[in-house]
Amino acid sequence: MNPLLISRYTATSCLGRGIGPMRDALAVGRSGLKPCDLDGVALETWIGEVAGADDEALPSHLHSFNCRNNRLAQIGFNQDGFADAVRDAMARHGAERIGVFLGTSTAGILETELAYQRRDPLTGALPVDFNYAGSHNPFSVAAFVQAAFGLAGPANVVSSACSSSAKVFASARRMIEAGLIDAAIVGGVDSLCLTTLYGFASLELTSRQACRPFDLERDGISIGEAAAFALLERVSGPLADDAILLLGVGESSDAYHMSSPHPEGLGARRAMAAALVAAGLEPGDIDYINLHGTATPSNDSAESRAVRALFGASTPCSSTKGATGHTLGAAGGVEAVIAALALRDGFLPGSPNTRDPEPDMNYLLASRPAPVRRVLSNSFGFGGTNCSLVLGRVR
Amino acid sequence: MTGPVRSLPGAWISGIGLLGPGLRDWPGGAAMLAGEAPWVPANTVLSAPQQLPAAERRRSVRVVKLALTVGLEAVAAAGADASGLATVFSSSGGDGHNCHLICEALASDDRQVSPTRFHNSVHNAAAGYWGIATGATAPAAVLCAFDGSFAAGLLEALVQVSVERVPSLLIAYDADYPEPLRAARPVPDAFGTALLLTPEPGATNFGRVRAGLTTAAADTLADPALDALRRAIPAARSLPLLAAIARGESGRIVLDYLDHSRVAVDFTA
Repeated sequence: MNPLLISRYTATSCLGRGIGPMRDALAVGRSGLKPCDLDGVALETWIGEVAGADDEALPSHLHSFNCRNNRLAQIGFNQDGFADAVRDAMARHGAERIGVFLGTSTAGILETELAYQRRDPLTGALPVDFNYAGSHNPFSVAAFVQAAFGLAGPANVVSSACSSSAKVFASARRMIEAGLIDAAIVGGVDSLCLTTLYGFASLELTSRQACRPFDLERDGISIGEAAAFALLERVSGPLADDAILLLGVGESSDAYHMSSPHPEGLGARRAMAAALVAAGLEPGDIDYINLHGTATPSNDSAESRAVRALFGASTPCSSTKGATGHTLGAAGGVEAVIAALALRDGFLPGSPNTRDPEPDMNYLLASRPAPVRRVLSNSFGFGGTNCSLVLGRVR
Repeated sequence: MTGPVRSLPGAWISGIGLLGPGLRDWPGGAAMLAGEAPWVPANTVLSAPQQLPAAERRRSVRVVKLALTVGLEAVAAAGADASGLATVFSSSGGDGHNCHLICEALASDDRQVSPTRFHNSVHNAAAGYWGIATGATAPAAVLCAFDGSFAAGLLEALVQVSVERVPSLLIAYDADYPEPLRAARPVPDAFGTALLLTPEPGATNFGRVRAGLTTAAADTLADPALDALRRAIPAARSLPLLAAIARGESGRIVLDYLDHSRVAVDFTA
């Protein structure tokens, strides 16, 4: 594929707002996870919460979008000069030539969960202030971002569980290649809600401790929330040596099971191989793999088999979910930003909480400086939906 | 977009599936949309396809049955092999009944959600079951653009065909919401359609489409009852295009998409 420029990127998670705190936390191996203390949630689990998300106020003309997910989106796009970069791109390309493709798994469904706790005792009706389109509907986050910037190009949400905000890179890339748009806002936003906390608990996939990706004693995920954004544009003109490029995208489906990955990781392997082909690279060209690494026994086992089969045992790799938690529909976007940081600053991120990693892999427990030119980032979701990205720096 | 849309992404239509209120399949529905047979409203009849293993058949919710049925009809009409096809699933929301039961449980004292209910709640449930039913390991895009979800899916599929030069199966579907959600999201019944879009004309050929954005208003249907259906269920916003295909009538069709723009489709019979 033709490489695309990632001209600006930002991520907000339990590690903090913007890429500065994320970079600092990754460098020292700090985790943002904490025991779940959400109001009224009686689950023994850990979460990655964005502090102060509910204190964020949306502008009055966007009030119909008011929900935790869109508050988190607004916090997210206001970091690292991202909003200014979007406005600059609008001035260059036009509002109708910029697409918005965002991933989410549950959007603002928390509003519906809360509305069900306030049903009319006689009629069962939901409270009159409940707004389905602006909160619960998956599209609400893309509609909110379009409205916040006054964008008028194509837009949709991708909601394929935990691969959502990696797959948006594929959609945006095709739209740019087809000439429908010149640039795209991609990324993902997902926020803590009861559906995912209790749902993953029902599948016995949540850990009672902070998650330990790829640890031999791993026992489940820690759910987090995040907003990650990237601005994708066609490459035009000379680029700085440390400019970040999207070099390849690979997608596949497991066609195996709704909530378990293919045990041999065949779908994961196909997605990684397709991303390498799209980038015109060999496995040996990859300096670091940011693993999906959710910390469930079966996910990490399938992914480790897929990575060993394609890369052997020497490529440095880690999952950063011990730091951020599993941010579900935002995970692909968050980890694309982590890949960009590793490329820009020259470091290999470690894996907080992991102590005794899977053997026969070059699994990084602690972060360390290293020249990094090309990174593969994996995102594999529920329902067997897989996506791998290859990011690189110019030189 | 004002002039012809020659440079915009296009594809051939090699197979069609349709299921909705009073619409049992594409051949029957096409006759009604062409004005050759009366459309008689009746509740959509859904059943789980035999291609699903028994356990998945038992667990499948309404949107899964709907999406798989129309997708399989389009593939069969084209004489294609579903296992090799890339797919685009587009829907304005997940299964409303499943969502209601989860929200009800979460508002109760014990808050227990069943694992099956949880995995059926993901927006990509239909895509996951499709893979299990057909063995398709090609990429599946799973989209939502609220009431414009059909047009968003059509754009995504046409772009995929144009850029990757591979067939793409678009499956657009929406099913009803029960009370109390229905008051906030009044989707009354299930409607789904599937288009197998190919870079070259197939053995069965329903014509050619190209699409781009426009600010023109969306087309309506001459029959007020059918137009009410178009407005009531997001996936039924596809009906003006399906009617043009059924009538074999070339021309530009404008479909609902976003607040600020519609999708213009140039259809050549």
